[in-house]
Amino acid sequence: MEENKQYTLFVYSENHIGVMGRITNTFTSRNLNIDSLTVSESEVAGVYRFTIVTHATASLMMLMSKRIERQVDVIKAGYFAEEELVTQEVAMYKLSTDVLTDGMEIERLLRKHSGRILAVHKDYFVIEKTGHKVETQALFEDLKVHGVFEFVRSGRVAISKPMVLFQEILQDVEEEAKQTS
Amino acid sequence: MEVVSKNKSNKAIKPTAIKMSGADAVIRSLIDHGVDYIFGYPGGANMPIYDSVYNMSDEITHVLARHEQGAIHAAEGYARSSGRVGVVFATSGPGATNLITGIADAHLDSTPLVCITGQVNANLLGSDAFQETDVTGITSPITKWNYQLTKKEEIVEVIAKAFYIASTGRPGPVLIDISKDIQFEEIEYELKKHEYIRSYVPYPKLNIEELKEAAELINSAKKPMIIFGQGVILSGAEKQLKELVEKADIPAANTLLGISALDTDHPNAVGMVGMHGNYAPNVLTNSCDVLIAIGMRFDDRITGDLNQYAKQAKVIHFDIDKSEFHKNVKAEVTVLGDAKATLTNVLDYIEKNNHSDWKAEFDKLEAIEKEEIWDKILKPSEGKITMAEVVRDVSKMTDGEAVVVTDVGQHQMFASRYSLFKQTKSFISSGGLGTMGFGLPAAIGAKLGAPNREVVSFSGDGGFQMTMQEFGTIMEYGVTVKQVVLNNGYLGMVRQWQDLFFDKRYASTPMMSPEFGKIAEAYGIEYKKVEKREDLQAALQEMLDCDKSYLLEVAVQEELNVFPMVPGGAAVTEVRLK
Ligand SMILES: Cc1ncc(C[n+]2csc(CCOP(=O)(O)OP(=O)(O)O)c2C)c(N)n1
Repeated sequence: MEENKQYTLFVYSENHIGVMGRITNTFTSRNLNIDSLTVSESEVAGVYRFTIVTHATASLMMLMSKRIERQVDVIKAGYFAEEELVTQEVAMYKLSTDVLTDGMEIERLLRKHSGRILAVHKDYFVIEKTGHKVETQALFEDLKVHGVFEFVRSGRVAISKPMVLFQEILQDVEEEAKQTS
Repeated sequence: MEVVSKNKSNKAIKPTAIKMSGADAVIRSLIDHGVDYIFGYPGGANMPIYDSVYNMSDEITHVLARHEQGAIHAAEGYARSSGRVGVVFATSGPGATNLITGIADAHLDSTPLVCITGQVNANLLGSDAFQETDVTGITSPITKWNYQLTKKEEIVEVIAKAFYIASTGRPGPVLIDISKDIQFEEIEYELKKHEYIRSYVPYPKLNIEELKEAAELINSAKKPMIIFGQGVILSGAEKQLKELVEKADIPAANTLLGISALDTDHPNAVGMVGMHGNYAPNVLTNSCDVLIAIGMRFDDRITGDLNQYAKQAKVIHFDIDKSEFHKNVKAEVTVLGDAKATLTNVLDYIEKNNHSDWKAEFDKLEAIEKEEIWDKILKPSEGKITMAEVVRDVSKMTDGEAVVVTDVGQHQMFASRYSLFKQTKSFISSGGLGTMGFGLPAAIGAKLGAPNREVVSFSGDGGFQMTMQEFGTIMEYGVTVKQVVLNNGYLGMVRQWQDLFFDKRYASTPMMSPEFGKIAEAYGIEYKKVEKREDLQAALQEMLDCDKSYLLEVAVQEELNVFPMVPGGAAVTEVRLK
């Protein structure tokens, strides 16, 4: 049996209503969970990039990416294993301002985890940390004893290590779409 | 009365912009896209569109079904017999949800449809307005593409895009949901043909290397076998398939939807593969050295247990949809493209060959199947009539020229196994979804899509009762459909499984039927019932000779099972003859 691993799927699509649903439906229909999902405009204006983290086998990822690419509004879909990626996430933590009054401890934790204070209010303050999931989680664990009101982590953003230029892919796809229509 | 196509304006109208309502623009677009029939049902949210149909009724015909499910199956039948796009209308809410079964059916069977649903006014969207449903949301997983239109300037362009997407590449159903407010508003109409969509490559560039590799493998094969599917019909590659089969002398089996792409009496045609396919091609799938799949998707009804499927063979997969490659069966060589284009080009590299010894293996197994099964059900000496006899007699009496439509169940399998065909696009059946109730409405559409052909539709007593209200449509439009109900008093196919796998515990499968004669009479449709074998031929002749629609009910053997059968999840070689 092929083993389940963590993969990161990239989807480049038009910014049309319903595309997100079509992409996530592909996961639902295979009874697959999405671990994290981030969408933002890509280096090409108007083209959106989905970064989706999931656990599956390599062959299923291949099928999934082709299945997603089959959607009319999807330009390109592909996937990478962990070692082929540079990834990052950002996390935020909200704690009571009271915790700051015995300041040393928080400062120590921020230094240990390379976090920083993003905002301070009368009742609460907000810490920000970028890093991999284990790192943002570790800070959370350390902060827990001080009472964390809110904790939020962004979906993963990732850049692939292989040198593939999406602009070139887009040009090729568009050329082919024109010629074969 | 016979309905005939009124749309003579297949060419685009003058490219000058004309002012008209959004609803008029919808209908004008359809006419300009060459649509002659719309199948549908009106309601609050599409009333302006219906008003426009009324305006332009000398150029386009609306066929009012008796249920939206009937309308969409009719559109599917139309698309499949004509090779064109089927068009369906429904109102919002219940009208739209009644289309769902048909959309899912068309999605699995790659049938090109443009479904147009009315929607509540744009300012009411998301407010649980009267008859509001999120139709684009609901249909997202079962459409090739869908779009909610709330801007009047987009109407013409989006309709053009819908036809382009539905009919190109791997075809499929497309849905456009149009809010009611923009149906009233005035727009400038100017027909635009859709040129291309930058994210959509309907016909991928051919890869010469793939073609050469495929040809090499085919040329070197000692025991090659072809399985062809509906892709051949959808791309119009029947001639190329025949050339390949003949030049390389390869035995060729069909899937359920591939039926009629190759004449059934072609010397290389070896029948159907799959659960109720023929003995020889099922068994020999696991003996061939090269398996050439053309425009088919290795459905689980074809392959049985994948772990024991064609493991010895090198597989070549021709398909236009690359997401089908390696999905179920790993292929040695994949050839991406429209079947007509890929086959035309691969033929340049194919060498003439002779595989008579290998073909003889098919003949040997076919003889076993004939002796074990065919003789008993095609020429029984006693007992009630069998479904197979009826199907075979119809084929003989129509000289294999009829369009055969089926519902879903045992009769479908008998019709697929024993019908004879000389023309493509002649077998219309719900394959992927297996939708009971498909038959009668699909036959109505099939007749309108191929008005010069005889259309004979076979249903079981169960499925017929699911959509028999469409007799109303037949009555109203005078569509000539020959409907045969093969009445075994059971939901036969489910009863067969209960017989084989549930200890003959017939839970909810015996079924009462109304007096079908009275129903036919109520709709003014000719009717006859046959119970004795000696009356069958005369009754069939009378039905076929009748120039109007006809319902023939045949009382068939109650507990006859369809064989061969590959039990669910078993290997194709475990095909049972009894
Ligand atoms: C809409 C729908 N409901 C249920 C089924 C399950 N089903 C498959 S075949 C069958 C029996 C069909 O009986 P009938 O129409 O009498 O045809 P027969 O098998 O007797 O030829 C049933 C219930 C189905 N395919 N479609």
